[in-house]
Amino acid sequence: MADAPALPTPAPIKFRGSLALAARQFPRNRAATIGFVILLLICLATAFAPWVAPYDPIQIKLSMKLKPPSFEHPMGTDHFGRDVFSRMLWGGRTSLAVGLLVVGFAFTFGVPLGLASGYFGGKVDNMLMRLVDAFLTFPPLLLAVALVGLLGPDIKNVMLALGLVQAPILARMIRGSALAVREDVYVTAARALGASPLRIVLSHMLRNMVSPIVVQLTAVFAAAVVSEASLSFLGFGTQPPEPSWGRDMSEARRFLGDAPWMFLAPTSVIAICVLSINFMGDGLRDALDPRAWRTRRSVKADA
Amino acid sequence: MTLLRVRNLRTRFATDRGDVRAVNGVSFDLAEGEILGLVGESGSGKSVTAMSIMRLVPEPPGHVAADSLAFDGRELLQLSEAQMREERGSSMAMVFQDPMRSLNPVLTIGRQILEVLRRHQKLDGPAAKRRAIELLETVGIPSAEKRLGAYPHQFSGGMRQRVMIAIALSCNPRLLIADEATTALDVTIQAQIIDLVKRLTRERGTSVIWISHDLGVVAGLCDRVNVMYAGNVVESGPIRELFHRPSHGYTLGLMGSTPRVDGVGVRRLTPIEGVPPNLIEPIKLCPFLPRCRVSVPACQATPPERRDLGGGHWAACLADLAPRSVAR
Repeated sequence: MADAPALPTPAPIKFRGSLALAARQFPRNRAATIGFVILLLICLATAFAPWVAPYDPIQIKLSMKLKPPSFEHPMGTDHFGRDVFSRMLWGGRTSLAVGLLVVGFAFTFGVPLGLASGYFGGKVDNMLMRLVDAFLTFPPLLLAVALVGLLGPDIKNVMLALGLVQAPILARMIRGSALAVREDVYVTAARALGASPLRIVLSHMLRNMVSPIVVQLTAVFAAAVVSEASLSFLGFGTQPPEPSWGRDMSEARRFLGDAPWMFLAPTSVIAICVLSINFMGDGLRDALDPRAWRTRRSVKADA
Repeated sequence: MTLLRVRNLRTRFATDRGDVRAVNGVSFDLAEGEILGLVGESGSGKSVTAMSIMRLVPEPPGHVAADSLAFDGRELLQLSEAQMREERGSSMAMVFQDPMRSLNPVLTIGRQILEVLRRHQKLDGPAAKRRAIELLETVGIPSAEKRLGAYPHQFSGGMRQRVMIAIALSCNPRLLIADEATTALDVTIQAQIIDLVKRLTRERGTSVIWISHDLGVVAGLCDRVNVMYAGNVVESGPIRELFHRPSHGYTLGLMGSTPRVDGVGVRRLTPIEGVPPNLIEPIKLCPFLPRCRVSVPACQATPPERRDLGGGHWAACLADLAPRSVAR
């Protein structure tokens, strides 16, 4: 037909599943790949902490206290003579678990709530959002403290409390995107073709909201790790001598002048983790959005 | 055979300043296989009429009422939302103005066609894929099989509108509503799309409601035209009849502001002065009266009735415009 030459890519497009295409996209984003690999390494190292860690993380050895990094203790020792590196590995188990579970919790509750609110609007929206408002009126940490205080100091309750704090934040954001996406012409077009509300929400709206969701979830992860630290510092959550990144970080504060390595290990691993997740989130977002796909660098020569 | 019968269709939207009567008593019949044009300026109620027929007006804030809105003998306003969903996409389909935005940007073309086939024809797997390829070929998309895996942004505007038409026609609807379907396209593509719609709907005996503000497009495509103004049909007639003998002040104004290439008199384009009336206020007299250039004293006193002009042509106008046809 006459407008065929106007096509942007005359190269044949193979009919592949969109997931396969997305998977091919991800490695093309270098930062995302690096983020993914680093995160994988951290996860593996913490998962296999019992085998990887050179020392028992809670074994006190006062003769070795506050020693700077050496071959024996690659990241030095803390004020009880415990190996900082081992504590970092073991602590990751708590911190990563908190991060992931809170993300999971926020996703399972926040996304459906936000979608329902944004799609149905009106009374449903009003009711759900007033509920969300009620949660949002409290300072997040205070709310978490109150919840953990109510439920008892335990790492499971910390996860639950942080999830309850993060879910409304996510729901509010999802609602905003849903309101915007709902007005897109293709949503009306899908309705005009007889699509049911469930199908419209799941296959048309949600797919177009991947970027804000992914970005927000990375933020939730970072917030969860840090909040767990704060809660542990306040005496909720991880109880001493159990290690966690947040706990160790807040304990190290007191020795910042004498033993900066104590502080450096947990903070940098949190920073690296959050950064990796952010990069990965970026890559994931681009990989799931066909409009952002990069093509191969060069065109194949004609055979 | 009448496929669609609309009687006194009224669609309102609640706003804080009052109810907007977007469609205010529209009545018409659409025969099977007929192509009906709806013309009028922005805000005249063309799209809302279409959305009301498809029952796509969001309620609230909208509200659709009619003495009758019968599609193939069934009163649409009495169907449940679930029953309406069965009709939409299968027996009635719609093509929208902006082909750049009416396809979901993150789903492949194939997936979007298959979705409809699966939904309404319970087609799946290779059979559905074959049908999708067939559909794309019908609307003139080259190497259709490879195109199934492409995303909307890889298509040009004209191609996307072809895809939209393929999707709309995928379940052989009896009614196709095209809402400004070619307005966003350049004229050559526009002509191709019009030819395509004309060919496909003639072949299948599909009835079409073609919404446009472009009289030229309507003249080339439609069998009959409804001219809409301020939420009502002000003149209706077979295409030739109406273009030869425009009998409403507004129709006349529309034609006076449309360039012609058929050389009937070299003249300046005359715009219609003023703005359309506020649809919140009740309108008692002719809604076009404040802007009308051919009004007669009677217009100030009585609202215009439908005046039959023979041959299925009528106009709601008190002025006798017969001697001043557009070929002045």
